[in-house]
Amino acid sequence: MDVIRLIEESQMKKDIPDFAPGDRVRVHYKVVEGGRERIQVFDGTVIARQRGGARETFLVRRVSYGIGVERTFPVHSPRIAKIEVVRRGRVRRAKLYYLRGLSGKAARIAEQKKS
Amino acid sequence: MKAILGRKVGMTQVFQDDGELVPVTVIEAGPCTVVGKRTLDRDGYLGYQLGFGFVKERKLSKPVLGQFKKRNLTPVRYIREVRVNEDEKLEVGDVINVSVFKAGDVVDVSGRSRGKGFAGVIKRHNFSRSAMSHGSKYHRGVGSLQSRDASRVFPGRRMPGHLGDENVTIKGLKVVSVDPEKNLLLIKGAVPGARGSLVMVKASSRQG
Repeated sequence: MDVIRLIEESQMKKDIPDFAPGDRVRVHYKVVEGGRERIQVFDGTVIARQRGGARETFLVRRVSYGIGVERTFPVHSPRIAKIEVVRRGRVRRAKLYYLRGLSGKAARIAEQKKS
Repeated sequence: MKAILGRKVGMTQVFQDDGELVPVTVIEAGPCTVVGKRTLDRDGYLGYQLGFGFVKERKLSKPVLGQFKKRNLTPVRYIREVRVNEDEKLEVGDVINVSVFKAGDVVDVSGRSRGKGFAGVIKRHNFSRSAMSHGSKYHRGVGSLQSRDASRVFPGRRMPGHLGDENVTIKGLKVVSVDPEKNLLLIKGAVPGARGSLVMVKASSRQG
């Protein structure tokens, strides 16, 4: 009945690992360079997830050579080869935008104790 | 004939094979029946009347229902005419479905835009707004209507008035994919009209 839903569901990947804001992830992203395809890894902390079925995205932040870099990836993009969860973080909110104002020791996230 | 009537379902986005994310409008199009013909001899031009959508018989007036009965057709809710340049040998009762289109086709989509009611000049004609503060007492008005020397307002001056609820055609849109089984057309970009409203998709007058 709901046609839009059907289309979106057909777009969704089934094998998305469970990850949440605060987790450190390695995103294996396919990039096309001069006709050749290779895999680039973006390593950082997930600071937000915008839910929305097939349109879901997540925002990864890393500090590279002293410069903060953030990238938004669509969760269900075919260009994402793999999402690896490196470390689970314990955080108390869903959007970690406050990390942008912090650096060094203050920007660390405590690891989640196994439950 | 590359034209079909459909219902706008709504918008979403889909991934292409190369991973590109494309915004699409979903249109539930057809199947359409040919309910009438326009001929050179009788009407002076060539065309077909397409019918689309289910309607209960009791909702139609007897004269309209009689037209369907005469041609042995199931009644349809909407009828729209499409002009063609050459005879396509379609007969009354023939069915057109989405498979006349394929992914990559360039199309024109017509629909009736959403009514916005009586709108000011900023929304209706993209005028600029004046300062809302800093002592300004003039905010969203029309501004000057003419020069003082003219002493009259020239016809065609853009003013507030009714916006929307008019026929709009968007040209040169691309068909992203076609699903003949579910009668679906996915067209890149936005299309006129509210969700659920009637739209007509035609092969584009522009060359792709």
